[in-house]
Amino acid sequence: MRWIRKRRISEQCISKSWISKRWIKRRWLGGSSLFLLPIFLAMLALLLSAAPAEKHLSVYSTVANYSLPIMQRQGRDYVGLLELLEPLGTVSAKLDGSRWRLHYNNILGEFNNGKNRARIQGRDADLSAKFLLENGRGLVPLSSLDSLLPRFLGGPATLHAESGRLFIGNIATHFTATVATDDPSRLVFRFTAPVNPSVAAEPGKLHLTFTHEPLTAPASPTLTFSSKTIPAATYSENNGAAEITVTTTIPLMASFSNDGRSITLVPAKSQPAAAASIKPPTSAPVAQNTPTPPPQSGVPSAPRRYFAVIDASHGGSDRGEALSSTLAEKDVTVAFARRLRQELESRGISTLVLRDSDANLSLDDRAFFANSTHAAVYIVIHAASSGHGIRLYTAMLPYAEGEDRGPFHSWSTAQSSYMPFSQAAAASVAAELRKDQISVRTLTAPLRPLNNVVSAAIAVEVAPPSSDVSSLLAPDYEQLIAGAVANGIVAIRSQLGAAP
Amino acid sequence: MIPRHFYIAVSVLFVAALAMSVYAWRMRGRAATTPVAAVDTRPVVAPVAGATERVTLFVAYDDLGILRAQSAQIPLPSVRQQRAEELLRALLAIYLDKTSPHLLPPGSDVRSVYLVDPGLAVIDMNAAFADGHRSGVLAEELTIASLIQTLSANIPGILRVKILVEGKQRDTLAGHADLSNFFDVSGFNQLTSQLEAAQ
Repeated sequence: MRWIRKRRISEQCISKSWISKRWIKRRWLGGSSLFLLPIFLAMLALLLSAAPAEKHLSVYSTVANYSLPIMQRQGRDYVGLLELLEPLGTVSAKLDGSRWRLHYNNILGEFNNGKNRARIQGRDADLSAKFLLENGRGLVPLSSLDSLLPRFLGGPATLHAESGRLFIGNIATHFTATVATDDPSRLVFRFTAPVNPSVAAEPGKLHLTFTHEPLTAPASPTLTFSSKTIPAATYSENNGAAEITVTTTIPLMASFSNDGRSITLVPAKSQPAAAASIKPPTSAPVAQNTPTPPPQSGVPSAPRRYFAVIDASHGGSDRGEALSSTLAEKDVTVAFARRLRQELESRGISTLVLRDSDANLSLDDRAFFANSTHAAVYIVIHAASSGHGIRLYTAMLPYAEGEDRGPFHSWSTAQSSYMPFSQAAAASVAAELRKDQISVRTLTAPLRPLNNVVSAAIAVEVAPPSSDVSSLLAPDYEQLIAGAVANGIVAIRSQLGAAP
Repeated sequence: MIPRHFYIAVSVLFVAALAMSVYAWRMRGRAATTPVAAVDTRPVVAPVAGATERVTLFVAYDDLGILRAQSAQIPLPSVRQQRAEELLRALLAIYLDKTSPHLLPPGSDVRSVYLVDPGLAVIDMNAAFADGHRSGVLAEELTIASLIQTLSANIPGILRVKILVEGKQRDTLAGHADLSNFFDVSGFNQLTSQLEAAQ
């Protein structure tokens, strides 16, 4: 009733407001002026839509990677010199009439408003256009940066003026792209440094956009592959970013590995079918010692590339719990995830870490990627400052009201058929942790994406061994926990492997 | 030449302004001498009507990570929906105490509880409750389990629960516990038995 009443009141308010505006229009604009209003609005919309996107200069250096706005003055591109040098060292500026003096570390630069010539350390330097002073800010032409900056920095600076990218020093990330020999529908990018691009797909194309990485062009901007599904990829640069566009005939998904140095593109088309192929849950008892595989529909299951998928929770702007003033949950989880991968792989279990960099993945994406790999077990890592030891969670399924439709399973209860496997995995891991005298509890939790995963799925919440939260990152503790979890997975490998 | 009626109007306004100034001066002096009550004891919400009843509150304890059933005698109104709200307010009062075993952020409150047949309870919490809640799987789960179990143990017939914040759906309580779905009360009954067992 409260909702209804509030809505009525708001409707009345809206109605009154509309009447008063109409009265004002009639009173002040007059009836004929109303005809001009749509024309005015259309012109305004046209002007706004035609406004060019703001241009940026991306600066890459060994000290910092950052971005600056590019300003248009007298038909040329300009940037603020003080803002450009500020992240790289100690810098100060002083205005003396039309003369602008800039100190960068121990180097003095003198510029005059409206002049094409500057003096740096007593030597003349020519600018490609006039130096401009605006409210005490010194603006230099963008195209002069590659000649001007080495005088201040004492090292090379390479400018990609057209795309707004500036490389200071010998900094560059190179890459290669190869189609896997055993699987022509799999494309592997290898980078010389960790990367974290944004991934976007459209019909027939997949875009990898690198904003923060000093990615440089390959020998040829167009790469061709002997693959019918992925025939080519092109490299381009625009407005401070580099982009690799992969042409494809099938939907692709990207997975990161090798500490963010490798990106593998694999077909994504079979995974939704696999996820949808699960029949509604059987009435199997919740706690049983040997889980039986859930019944399968006629759709063949996809081949398994990884036995285990490890997901480091949180990432990017989602920092998770602030474990201390300097330690965020997202950093602890990724460290544990990497350690656990080492432990699993050393025991012969192929493992994929879903988040191996500071990327921000949505919960739906995590579930989708986990389901796409068709792994036997999904392990998500969390960390906490309260309590001690390990807490293992399996999914607490939300209330379902018969939303399943034939072979299509509700996304929110997709885990239901795999609950026995998840509970068996949690029990096995708990047993191994107890063997190592580690305090452990096994609980259910309404914790996404556990309920969306179509394989055995557990969450491992790691609490510090003592009151000292920083001990969460102690190598010995990481090793102890990761080793026990890996032993638990190995112990139940055959049962998990029997699951579809 | 200034018209005569203009002189009259200005004179009247001047006299009126003078009279108002004198009146305002007198009122100011009177207000200054009026004693002000040290504590404003006027009620801001209607008092809970009804006899006191014994209820069971499920209280979370962070140190052990458990839930404990605890009896309390609280006044409960006869209307089912208001009973639900008062139950949760009694629970929150424990958590808002400085000596609480499971501290909730100051200002946490229940805005409303809606009981919709068959078996749905919608708990609408305020923003202070969610925005300042501690992050962590167990910390968040204890809060939700405590709310749901207290409600379902004292209000029969609740099968599923939805938690809103300021009338809107929220993805998680504080980064972990999922608030986007309907909670199954039977699932929380099982969880409570796990959480009631000491570590």
